[in-house]
Amino acid sequence: MITLYDYELSGNCYKIRLLMSILGLDYTVVPVDFYPGREHKSDWFLAINPLGQLPVIDDDGLVLRDAQAILVYLAAKYDAGNSWYPRENADLLGEIGQWMAFADSITATASAARLHDALFYDLDAEAARAGAHRLFRILDEHLWFGEQEGRDWLCSAAHPTVADIACFPYVMLSEEGGISRQDYPAIRRWCDRVKRIKGFTVMSGVFPAGPAKAA
Amino acid sequence: MTSTKCTDKVILDLWHPLAALSEVPAGTVFDTVLLEERLSYATDGAGDAAVWRDRRDLPEGSPVEIATLTDTLPVKLAYGYIWTTLSDAPADLFPIPEFAENDRRKLNAATLGVNISAPRAIENFLDMGHFPYVHTDILGAEPHTEVKEYDVEISVERDEILATRCRFFQPMASTASTGGADVDYIYRVPHPYCSVLYKSSPLDESRLDVIAVFLQPVDQEHIRAHMMLCVLDDTNEDKVIKRFQQTIFGQDKPILENQFPKRLPLDPRAETPIRADKSAIAYRRWLSQKGITYGVIPAAT
Repeated sequence: MITLYDYELSGNCYKIRLLMSILGLDYTVVPVDFYPGREHKSDWFLAINPLGQLPVIDDDGLVLRDAQAILVYLAAKYDAGNSWYPRENADLLGEIGQWMAFADSITATASAARLHDALFYDLDAEAARAGAHRLFRILDEHLWFGEQEGRDWLCSAAHPTVADIACFPYVMLSEEGGISRQDYPAIRRWCDRVKRIKGFTVMSGVFPAGPAKAA
Repeated sequence: MTSTKCTDKVILDLWHPLAALSEVPAGTVFDTVLLEERLSYATDGAGDAAVWRDRRDLPEGSPVEIATLTDTLPVKLAYGYIWTTLSDAPADLFPIPEFAENDRRKLNAATLGVNISAPRAIENFLDMGHFPYVHTDILGAEPHTEVKEYDVEISVERDEILATRCRFFQPMASTASTGGADVDYIYRVPHPYCSVLYKSSPLDESRLDVIAVFLQPVDQEHIRAHMMLCVLDDTNEDKVIKRFQQTIFGQDKPILENQFPKRLPLDPRAETPIRADKSAIAYRRWLSQKGITYGVIPAAT
């Protein structure tokens, strides 16, 4: 059984819940009072993850930290269709790795701005917002050109991968950090596509998509 | 009295919350903003607190003994929070008698920054119509979308708004719930930026859970929302109760932040209400009658 150390308002925890929902995995949650309790810096949690960060999973004794690493593990282990992290497709795995790193950059910018505005983190919010806009411009162009080529997802595949799951949450929550997506139409369309993946689930701040318009 | 950026006399004369007492380590300076004024606060660990206008020689994080401070602002410790006022003759803080009951769990669910005016956030707190759509499967669910007739009065004697006989079907009304139930609500707005909600306790049908939002106006379009819980729950850990409330508030937050204009328009013609908005109509009228100008767009005279 998978145990997820979880904070509801964390986009990085949400991406694990989202993939597990899509893959239909059962799991239990250990709530961690990230805010205001700062329980992720408590002794008991540091013994599990010395970095003091969420999420962490424990899968029958295998303890893993880092959202992107957990996504890779869960998909490689539990995705029977082998599409979310196709183990034998080197080109695609390279692309996935590239966009997983991009997800970390989104966390460092868009998520940081949200932490500043909502949870009063002491950081340069304007720099974080500027950084997020720079990334969103690159992401929007990539998705727009993809649409012209008939590609709906971040990587060169006819289906979504863990890279889409990794990038989605903090893009979707960006407005809580004062980062509007008004100027990124291709990002908005991609977000709607993610929301229509079978098994999609929401978190606080993310709402389901309306029904897709009949073609 | 020192000049203030806020010129709304009614708002200036109120007590405003700054922080949850339980979350302030003793003897250390913390900075915050109230009504565009930079303030600092600290506690002594023995149940006392001090608030003062930001001083260059006491930056955030520095050690401080509050007994040695001079030129401090008035302080009130109430409902688990540090309150202050910029007034020399503040109005009384409203009572919440249930807070004195010993068997209740009293918690700050969280203090969250929200990019919206305080009155917009109060109005959202009063609204039941959004429950099935925004708090799906928690505070509401389709097809139970009807806001049934309820009563609203502006109590002259207590100078507060009271909405009673509110009733709504809720799949998961609190952490102590075991299933869906028709839940009774009473709303009070005893302060332009604070509201207190009473709802049926799943544990004791003769008593009510108390949930309050105390909004700290940072400026006219930014708040710190302090969420106080004073509930009956003899099983769940604090963090589970907090998580439940944060989940709900996290759902409201993007809705609130996308409201335009960010200040609440008081002109009755500015936004079209429906019958379910009775309490909001009373709230806007009450703010108008008080002559509130801060965080609102006053009606044209």
